[in-house]
Amino acid sequence: MRELLYRHAIREALDEELARDDKVVVMGEEVAQYNGAYKVTEGLWDKWGSKRIVDTPISEAGFIGMGIGASMLGVRPVMELMFWSFHSVAFDQLVNNAACVRYMSGGLCNVPIVMRGPANGGTAVGATHSHCPEGLFAAFPGLKVCAPATPADAKGLMKTAIRDNDPVYIMENTLLYGTKGPVPDPADGDHLVPLGKADIKREGTDVSLIAHGRSVIRSLEAAETLQAEHGINCEVLDLRSIRPLDQQAILDTVMKTNRVVLVDESKPFSGVSATIATLIQEHAFDYLDAPVKRVCALDAPAIYSPYVEDEQLPNPRRIIEQVLTLA
Amino acid sequence: MIENTPTTLDFSESKINQDLTPADKIQFFRDMARIRRFEQTALKFYNKGMMGGFLHLYIGQESIAAGTLGLCKENDHAITAYRCHGHALSMGMDMNSCMAELYGKATGAAKGKGGSMHLFDPSKNFWGGHGIVAGQTPLGLGLAYGVKYQELEGCCLCYLGDGAINQGAFHESLNIAALFELPVIYIIENNGYSMGTSQNRSSAYKNCLAQRAEAYDMDWDLVNGEDLYEVRAKTHIAMERARKESKPTVLEIATYRYYGHSVADANAKKYRTPEEIEEYKTYHDPIRLWRRRLIEEAVFTDAEADAIDKEAKAEADQSAVFAEQSPPPTVESIFEDVYWEVDNNTESGNTGRHFFND
Repeated sequence: MRELLYRHAIREALDEELARDDKVVVMGEEVAQYNGAYKVTEGLWDKWGSKRIVDTPISEAGFIGMGIGASMLGVRPVMELMFWSFHSVAFDQLVNNAACVRYMSGGLCNVPIVMRGPANGGTAVGATHSHCPEGLFAAFPGLKVCAPATPADAKGLMKTAIRDNDPVYIMENTLLYGTKGPVPDPADGDHLVPLGKADIKREGTDVSLIAHGRSVIRSLEAAETLQAEHGINCEVLDLRSIRPLDQQAILDTVMKTNRVVLVDESKPFSGVSATIATLIQEHAFDYLDAPVKRVCALDAPAIYSPYVEDEQLPNPRRIIEQVLTLA
Repeated sequence: MIENTPTTLDFSESKINQDLTPADKIQFFRDMARIRRFEQTALKFYNKGMMGGFLHLYIGQESIAAGTLGLCKENDHAITAYRCHGHALSMGMDMNSCMAELYGKATGAAKGKGGSMHLFDPSKNFWGGHGIVAGQTPLGLGLAYGVKYQELEGCCLCYLGDGAINQGAFHESLNIAALFELPVIYIIENNGYSMGTSQNRSSAYKNCLAQRAEAYDMDWDLVNGEDLYEVRAKTHIAMERARKESKPTVLEIATYRYYGHSVADANAKKYRTPEEIEEYKTYHDPIRLWRRRLIEEAVFTDAEADAIDKEAKAEADQSAVFAEQSPPPTVESIFEDVYWEVDNNTESGNTGRHFFND
């Protein structure tokens, strides 16, 4: 299968959806003439022009609210946050207007928007640029949240999200943009990945590593080392979608291996892993041979220093350490 | 509220008003009477404990909703803040569904999910009803964006109070409106008080609030809200600018509310003198002034005006009966209208877990 960079897989998804539906509009800061702060939208403005690819001022509450309002009238905006960390200046629009308007109108208004951008630490940009808010937004009923780990999933989830009639927030990762992976050829048909469907990225029998986003990649690295050096065969389950959540896939892997380590780049308090742990104890308590363990970002604001930054994040060393406590 | 209201011009001579038939003029009286009677009825039953939450009354400001929204055509849209009953009725929503929504009944416009601050009817181009101060101002921008994107000749009237003009979202909206040349008209309904804080204690301004538009190279105007002819004449100009030239405008319409910020406003009679309220009611009440004007113009008689008012009151009374007799929402309905895909039973709506109750 052909290989694409993660950023180019997303761009291909945008390009295909722009062609499929003339209501799709890509908007955000530097997405058009600058070709995207992370070059995800490179070339789209040249191809589609200013009506479909729209540069906005640095004014997140303004342009995101505008996109939400336009979506109520049938436009389908795909809006880029240069960093998901900038969500805080548009929070009212993201959680009150996008998440609640359908409900408060008794189903009369719809908000078919996509919000996308990177949400990750690990690039030495300090605490305010390193937030991982997938758990935060998944806590608001009305919103959908996903975090693809591979180029194929990034493309497939993006296309599905654009066609979905609810607001979908996609958390990408600047450290994955330059990674390469197989992506089905468009000639073989539309590549769509459903929301709410997890994916086993590595089959295993001894311990389940449940992760999303870049933590999937790090879990896969850890799994190889655990196999080679300790003879422990880990299964790696990629959630892909946080809300809706593939609860059955979580329970299936727990029932298979009976040991779980949750790997989650968001913080331990009220993060995604906290919810998954709750679901496991509610629905698969009798299948556990050991307590549910977690590897999250260490519980402090993201440190700048490149010397220790990686130790604050879930990395193979920390994952292996936790797995070994269960073995 | 604008100090030293400048009214020497007679806007009944404006083309948009000259075109009005006597029946049109009577309709504006009926529109305003219906808003007032609806709210008086709502107040009565709110005070009897029949509804929850807040009740932000529009009484005193009726000429703005009736005057501006009466100018809307097929591709014109409206969105407002939480003081939304007048706009909802003026956009054609019926009293029953509005009153039932206030009561929190299943027959309410939003099935009891929104309440007084969140009345919606997209089929009539009315997009709410929003509770967060100035939170609706970017949405209004988006509605205008949608109109322009579809290459339709239309505009969005986006209402806000004088207390909303200091929110960042409003300034961001003004910048984008002017930058992108969007057909949106921001209508500041200036009743002089952002909750209990007077204009002078809440806003820094030179001559008036709308003048802030100049910083964004945007057209603006001041309107005397007690005169329905003036409201129509000036709003029409802004709407035509939006529809024909795709240019935004800020209008500041001077008005007054007789009641507190909401009915729960414990200090409603402390931050304003009784004389101030009384003077407005006596000399500036928009319904009273319009009624006098129409009698002077021999459009209708006192008795005919009374009959219309009586009819509005009866309709409002009936809406309370309808609301009272309507069923409440079911507990199961709490999970409806959260996700479109779930409600429509699509493959997407049936994939993965959407709700996490156990």
